[in-house]
Amino acid sequence: MEPQVGMDQEIEKSTVPATGVSEKPGETAALNPKMKAKKVSVYYGEKQALFDVDLNIYEKSVTALIGPSGCGKSTFIRALNRMNDVIEGCRVTGKILLDDMDVYDPKVDPVQLRAHVGMVFQKPNPFPKSIFDNIAYGPKIHGMGSNKTDLEEIVETSLKRAGLFDEVKDRLKEPGTGLSGGQQQRLCIARAIAVSPDVILMDEPCSALDPIATARIEELIDELKQNYTIVIVTHSMQQAARVSQKTAFFHLGYLVEEGDTDMIFTSPNDERTESYITGRIG
Amino acid sequence: MSDTAIKPTQGHRIEWGSEQQLKNVKRRYAADRRLQLFGLGAISLAVLLLGILVFSLVQTGYKSFVQTKVLVEIPLDHPSIKRDEPGKGSYRVIVRNAFRSNFPEVSGRRDLRNVDRILSSQARFIVRDYVVANPELVGQTIKIALPLSDPFDQLHKKVIPSQIAALSQREKQLFKSLQDRNVVSIENDVTVVQIDAFIDPEKVAAQDLDAGDYEGVVKEGLRSYFLNYQPSSYEPILADNAADAVKNFVQQNPGVVGQTVQVKVPVSEHYDVLNKGSEPFVTNPRFDSAKQIEQYKALNEKNLISTPFNWELFFNSDSRFPEQAGLAGAIVGSFYTLLVCFLISFPVGISAAVYLEEFAPKNRYTDLIEVNINNLAAVPSVVFGLLGLAVFLGFFGMPRSAPLVGGMVLSLMTLPTIIIATRAALKAVPPSVREAALGVGASRHQVVIHHVLPLAMPGILTGTIIGLAQALGETAPLLLIGMNAFITAAPGGILEPATALPTQIFSWADSPERGFVSRTSAAILVLLGFLVIMNAIAIFMRQRFERSW
Ligand SMILES: Nc1ncnc2c1ncn2[C@@H]1O[C@H](COP(=O)(O)OP(=O)(O)OP(=O)(O)O)[C@@H](O)[C@H]1O
Ligand SMILES: [Mg+2]
Repeated sequence: MEPQVGMDQEIEKSTVPATGVSEKPGETAALNPKMKAKKVSVYYGEKQALFDVDLNIYEKSVTALIGPSGCGKSTFIRALNRMNDVIEGCRVTGKILLDDMDVYDPKVDPVQLRAHVGMVFQKPNPFPKSIFDNIAYGPKIHGMGSNKTDLEEIVETSLKRAGLFDEVKDRLKEPGTGLSGGQQQRLCIARAIAVSPDVILMDEPCSALDPIATARIEELIDELKQNYTIVIVTHSMQQAARVSQKTAFFHLGYLVEEGDTDMIFTSPNDERTESYITGRIG
Repeated sequence: MSDTAIKPTQGHRIEWGSEQQLKNVKRRYAADRRLQLFGLGAISLAVLLLGILVFSLVQTGYKSFVQTKVLVEIPLDHPSIKRDEPGKGSYRVIVRNAFRSNFPEVSGRRDLRNVDRILSSQARFIVRDYVVANPELVGQTIKIALPLSDPFDQLHKKVIPSQIAALSQREKQLFKSLQDRNVVSIENDVTVVQIDAFIDPEKVAAQDLDAGDYEGVVKEGLRSYFLNYQPSSYEPILADNAADAVKNFVQQNPGVVGQTVQVKVPVSEHYDVLNKGSEPFVTNPRFDSAKQIEQYKALNEKNLISTPFNWELFFNSDSRFPEQAGLAGAIVGSFYTLLVCFLISFPVGISAAVYLEEFAPKNRYTDLIEVNINNLAAVPSVVFGLLGLAVFLGFFGMPRSAPLVGGMVLSLMTLPTIIIATRAALKAVPPSVREAALGVGASRHQVVIHHVLPLAMPGILTGTIIGLAQALGETAPLLLIGMNAFITAAPGGILEPATALPTQIFSWADSPERGFVSRTSAAILVLLGFLVIMNAIAIFMRQRFERSW
């Protein structure tokens, strides 16, 4: 799908605080919601971790989730692709819609869902296999590449999109765990891309990386949003401001405030948001 | 909270070099050193004990890795051997005559039989099998090394002496008590003991001095020295002709009948030697005669005796004759038993562990099962043996002594080991790998099969091999299902009666023949060797797995 370029082009973009990431003109965030959370509550056993969260995630844009530690950002992002299913005693109420399909509908297969809503984790976690196998694994189990050349093509395009191809093209047979931390995280992003998801969830993807690797990932996110809907959890206000178009602020399990990123960072409505972005709580 | 509250106050500061601190530091260093010493001590003790074990095994066992053999020239021209049916000749006669030809001077049934007994009684079968394997040799004369019988094998390896002390410590003590009484002396180069002989008129009639019971008189006289002893313990001191000495004395002095006289009577041969200051020896009773030993020495001088490596230890099965007994049957039996054990316990163990660890709901029933599996690992193996006896043999009527049943019983033992090791290995796989796989859309079973199991495999294999190694050394359950039977051929399958290495060791350790002592040690060394090999395989496989990632 081509990125939608058009009248709803964001003019506010220029008001985003200055970053090292170059803003390409013509890049837009279309304002049709890709995923919708409606009155989502999540319980871990008896304990409620999220309270009636309503949040829209817009297509081909980056949504940042921010908030102090333990406020439920990971819980929310994991609810989006049902990664919480494997946690004993975790329960989700409310509705999460992906293109108007309720992902918690019993008829929805979580395995297929995760092919559409991919995930990148805090710590780079490549499989202890070769770089090639890391990326080919997802397409293989979903039956996407029937023969070797198909798979090779998928691997190559995924690596290219993740901006890793040139660095690893000569050592695709070597273990993915032998790469540097930043390269590993880009490998994980390539792995998520390989199954051609619509949405990519990233839970603090840069928290284990140094500033240069972080800048590299941020650049990558910026490019990826042309083709993918991205949700990113981050503790870095600057990062949220740099890469996202929408920001949602969580506090103690509640969604306190959401909206356009520059709006949240320049003139928040809620004083808790303001305290947080100015560093008074967190 | 003011800033001063978190600043250490003067009294609580750690002062460099204060007496208190120096003492603390000293105490800490001493504790460190103590701990290190304890650790070192424990390790040295363990290494020492292991060293002693291996050393003593090697010391007794190494002799069984060679076999004493004698080169015999055998003419295969006997009319009973036919080229088309070489297995049917009278090999007993052929081998016997060939070996006897080394000693043409020997005659007499007894002596000839003793010559035959230098050679292993199994020699004829070795020759027969050799001729069957090489039928073109019929009619020619062959030179073949045949094993000596066990006593000569042991003699050649210097395990047993050709002569042993003739008198026991107790017998020497009795004689010493005579010497201490100063009644022992040497006259005309013969040791004599002086006794007070009462020439009892009831034993020796004055009218007929030739026919008296002089032996009774002598024994009665000697008895006065040993009132508290059984006659059988001191009477051997007297020489056969001791009574004659008294008889001569009485014949020369007929008047002494009815009186007590002092007579010197000769002592028997061994005591004579002892009194003259050397140690009396006799031929070791394990041999038939001293001549036999001379004959063995003659063979040795002719360089006919050699000690080649004992391949028979590995290629022969059990035998009543230690020089022919080998471990092939036990090794094959152990192999089949372990194979059955592995084929049952490996898949079942892994499946159970994967289910419990990855899929089972966490509830009371799962906990109950878990506790029971852990308890199962602690059940004494003999109980599993009884179970096998009652259920597999008694109820299902499976064959006795069969590796199939042995493997099934042992798998009951290895199962908990494998399950526990597998669960630990699964637990050790980092959750990030599971998350990664789930994140790209792998299903739960794909996560387990594609990612978790391969990562856990080294741990699982180590656990399995440890379990199998335990099973390899397990004796009690196999005894109960009859795998200590005496079987002279390697089993051809898992349903045929068989022995296993540990049960073979058990039965050899129980055998009286001297040759089995070192063979038992050798068998233990072989068993340990197999354990080392199994561990080496485990390490090798772990490395292979780790490299292929
Ligand atoms: N598996 C779990 N079982 C029970 N409680 C959990 C579990 N995971 C998270 N929680 C609880 O849910 C709440 C939200 O946790 P969550 O991990 O979503 O926070 P977060 O916003 O991601 O924090 P951080 O920024 O530190 O990652 C916390 O109070 C946490 O203790
Ligand atoms: Mg988190």
